[in-house]
Amino acid sequence: MLCNVCKQNEAKVHLTKIVRDKMQKLDLCEDCSKEKGVDDPTNFSLTEVLLGKVTEEVAAMVQAEAAPEVGLKCPTCGYSQADFKKAGRFGCADCYATFGEGLETMLKTMHRGTRHTGKVPAALQQSRAEAQKLKQLQKRLEKAIEEERFEEAAQLRDEIKRMK
Amino acid sequence: MTIHDFLAPVSVACQRTGPSDHIVMSSRVRLARNLRKQPFPAWAKKPDRLRVLEMVKPAVESLPQLSPHFAAAMDELSPLDKQILVERHLISREHAAKGAGSGLVVNQEESVCVMINEEDHLRMQALRPGLQLKACWQAIDAVDSTLEPKLDFAFSPELGYLTACPTNLGTGIRVSAMLHLPGLVLAEDITRVINASNKLGFAVRGLYGEGTEALGNVFQVSNQMTLGESESQIIERISKALLQIIEDEENARQLLLEQKPKIILNHIGRAYGILANAHTITSKETMNLLSLLRLGGELGLFEKLTRALTDELFLLTQPAHLQRQHTEKLGAEERDILRSDMLRERLRHIARPHGLGPQNQSGPV
Repeated sequence: MLCNVCKQNEAKVHLTKIVRDKMQKLDLCEDCSKEKGVDDPTNFSLTEVLLGKVTEEVAAMVQAEAAPEVGLKCPTCGYSQADFKKAGRFGCADCYATFGEGLETMLKTMHRGTRHTGKVPAALQQSRAEAQKLKQLQKRLEKAIEEERFEEAAQLRDEIKRMK
Repeated sequence: MTIHDFLAPVSVACQRTGPSDHIVMSSRVRLARNLRKQPFPAWAKKPDRLRVLEMVKPAVESLPQLSPHFAAAMDELSPLDKQILVERHLISREHAAKGAGSGLVVNQEESVCVMINEEDHLRMQALRPGLQLKACWQAIDAVDSTLEPKLDFAFSPELGYLTACPTNLGTGIRVSAMLHLPGLVLAEDITRVINASNKLGFAVRGLYGEGTEALGNVFQVSNQMTLGESESQIIERISKALLQIIEDEENARQLLLEQKPKIILNHIGRAYGILANAHTITSKETMNLLSLLRLGGELGLFEKLTRALTDELFLLTQPAHLQRQHTEKLGAEERDILRSDMLRERLRHIARPHGLGPQNQSGPV
C-alpha cells in the first residue's frame, strides 16, 4: 500500500476514522507521517488530527474523503444528512434510498429485524407472489438440470420465459 | 357544528364497555402512512402541507367506515376544541399544536380517527373500549385497504411503509392499551412491571403518551418495534404481555386486600372524603383520587358507584371539558372551585364506602 501523500513509499501509518458508519482511511509513509506530525503512536489523538491540530494538508485530505457524504442531498426533497442527524427523521420517502447506506445498522438497533414482513398493498401483493413463484421455478430448473431431467428443464425454462 | 356538539356526550361515551375494562380502559391501533414524493410534514413547506391535506382529507372523508364523521383543518378549530380532542385521546398533544396544513377526521362513535399531517401524512387510528386489540387492527386494516387505491402510499418491498421517523418504519403500527393500575402502584410493584415491559420491547408511558405523567395511575403500554415482525405477530406479543399485566394487577389488588386491608380502605375512604366534600380541587388531585374511587368501585366498596360514573367524572373534570360546561372564560382557581362543586353534586348520591365484610366493618353504614 502506497502513502496517500507522496504516493511513492510504502504506507506505515494508518489513520482510520468512522463517520456515520462509513470507514475513512488515510495511509501515510513514515517520512510523510513525521512531516505531518502523526509519527508518535503513543502521543497521537485521532480527534486532534481531525480537529486540525495537524497540518492543514492532512485535514484537507480527510475532509476531501468525507466530502461526498456531507454534501449528500435527497434529490426529491433536498434533505441533507446533517438534517437527519439533527432531527432523527427523514425529509421524504425517497430519503430512505438516498441515505440508504448505514441505514441497516441503525434499524438493527431499533427493530426486531431489518426486513418488512407485514402488510403489503394489494397492488404489490400480486407482484410479490409472482416474484416468489419465479424464484421457485428457477430453483426447480436448476435442480432439473443438475439431475439431467432435460425435458422437464425445457418446460420450466419456457414457463419462466412466459412469466418474464 | 363544533367537535363537542358532534361527539356523543361524555356520559354516553363512558357507557361503552369492553372486555377486561376493570383494568383496560381502552385499546388503540394506529398506522402511519405517507404519500410518495411528498415531503414529510415536518420538512414540508406550508404549500406542500396544504396540498397533501387537500389530497388526503377528501379521500378519508369518503370512507364508509367513518360515516357519520367530523372533519376539520386544524386552523379551523379553537384551542378549546383541540384540548377537548386531546382529553378524549383522539389526537396527540403534538397534533393539537398544529395549524394550517394539518387536519383531522373522526367518526361519531370515536372508533376511527385520522390525523392528517401530524408527524406523518396520515396517522390513522382505531379505538375500542377495553382490551380489543384484534378488533382495532381489523378496523384500521380495512380503513387502510380502502384508502390504498385512492392514495399513493410510499412503500418499499424491503422496508415496508416508509415513515418520517425510522422508529415507525415497516408496518407503521403502534398498538397500545390504556391501563388503570392502582393496585400495582399501591403495592409498589409498578416499577418491576415497567422494567419487564421495557425488556420485552414495550414502552410504558403516562396518560397522554410520550413524556407525560401517569396521572390517575393510568399507563399506556405500546410496542416500540415496527419492522421485522408482521402486524399480527406484534399484536400477539403485546397481547401476551398485557394479559400478564392484567393478572399482576388483579393479584396485587387481591394481595393488598388480604394483607393490608386498612391501607386500601384508608386510601379509598380518604379519596371519597375529599372528592365528595372539597370546595376547591385541582385537576391533577382529582384524577389521582378518582383513580382510587374507581378501584373502590371495582372492589365493591360502594353500593351505587358505577365505572361509567368514575370514567365520566375523570373526563368531565379535566380543564377543557370543564371549561366547555361554562360560557365564561374560567381561570385556574375558578376551575378548581367549579370542579369541586360538580364532584360534590355528582357524588351526593354515593354513600361513603363500607368495609370489607363483617370482621372489617368500619362502622354502621
